[in-house]
Amino acid sequence: MCLAVPGRVLEIGQDNMAVVDVGGVRRRVCLDLVEGVRADDYVLVHVGFALQRIDEREAKRQQEHLGAMFAMASGAGEPT
Amino acid sequence: MRYVDEYRDPVAARGFLDAIRSLVQGPMRIMEICGGHTHAIYRSGLDQLLPEEIRFLHGPGCPVCVTPALRVDQAIALARHGRIVCTYGDLLRVPGSHESLRQAAARGADVRIVYGSLDAVEIARQHPRQDVVFLAVGFETTAPANACAILRARELGLENFSVLGSHVLVPPILRHLLDTPGTEIDAFIGPGHVATVVGSEDYRFLPQDYGKGVVIAGFEPLDLLEAVLMLLRQKADGRCGVEVQYRRAVRPDGSPRARAVMREVYAVQDQDWRGIGRIARSGLGIREAFSAFDALRRYAGELPEETPADASAYICGEVIQGAKTPLDCPAFGLGCTPEHPFGPGMVSSEGSCAALYRYRQTAREARR
Ligand code: SF4
Repeated sequence: MCLAVPGRVLEIGQDNMAVVDVGGVRRRVCLDLVEGVRADDYVLVHVGFALQRIDEREAKRQQEHLGAMFAMASGAGEPT
Repeated sequence: MRYVDEYRDPVAARGFLDAIRSLVQGPMRIMEICGGHTHAIYRSGLDQLLPEEIRFLHGPGCPVCVTPALRVDQAIALARHGRIVCTYGDLLRVPGSHESLRQAAARGADVRIVYGSLDAVEIARQHPRQDVVFLAVGFETTAPANACAILRARELGLENFSVLGSHVLVPPILRHLLDTPGTEIDAFIGPGHVATVVGSEDYRFLPQDYGKGVVIAGFEPLDLLEAVLMLLRQKADGRCGVEVQYRRAVRPDGSPRARAVMREVYAVQDQDWRGIGRIARSGLGIREAFSAFDALRRYAGELPEETPADASAYICGEVIQGAKTPLDCPAFGLGCTPEHPFGPGMVSSEGSCAALYRYRQTAREARR
């Protein structure tokens, strides 16, 4: 029940309700709990609400970190 | 799916596992607080992939599991008397003291599953002549969304909508566990989605008051592996603190707006936890200003107030507190199954008994 899944905001309509693409499914999601969400942002969706915006910069930084782990497993780096 | 698939990469997982193996020194018992993490650990088999020294203890962080049987009884009583009871799907199978909502529905009660709290408000709008009661449970993750339903109902001027709530808070239950003699937890994986609301600072008390490190983690396998690695690094460096692995979603101050909604609608109160008992200031009740939307006040005269002693025998309470594992329970898989749950750990897919049952077909497999 505590599941929250990432989705991309397609459009924001009346009453602060947005249409969000969650894994290919369009869902109506309320934006009352977050600030400053715009179309194209990724948000975490939980029981019909956007819980938080996904921080693209942090996600990218983490991706680079995962890349390093990938390199390490492929034998290109030393474990720390 | 973006922000999901890239955190499931098996090669990167091997990188993490190697790094973890090279850092492990002696046993480490890590409690993952959140039922979503428990589910993810079993689903991805992390408990079996990690070195033996690392043991996961499953925490009490499944709001469905800890919802008292009394709340279920109360919802059933209201449904029996002609109200529409709406609730999240996971709650249907939760045993009350005599039956579950699903069983009540099979015998004619009007019980409806909603995907989100605003759907319950919508049902009330569509049925102006019938009372609609939303059985709402949750930790800090879900409490703001449930509070929004009350705010929306007030905005719409609905007089036939109320919330039967069981809202619980994470920090008080952790303090309760850590204050219990004999608890053996070395470090915590912190609840990622709760922290998107309350922020990481809410967990400062773990290192400060108890000397335990905590890493707030996301819910994909690589998130959890990185969190374990971060905890091992804390240990190797002789540090203990609050760190955030789930940086893409957790900010130090969480979500100010969600917290404001929560504060507006609820006040902290003593709370009953199924299988555990009453814990001081561990839950949220609806404030007096919203009493018209509080089912407990609105139907005070007609609701059952007591449950016959907690029906769940066996060791359910110890299991949801991480003191024992489902495998220690004689009923696990033998009588107690997700279809016929005896106790709290088996009712929700995020409960530790149900997660283990689902992903390990045999007890031998479960014991690795
Ligand atoms: S297996 Fe069933 S009876 Fe045993 S602890 Fe889990 S929920 Fe309780």
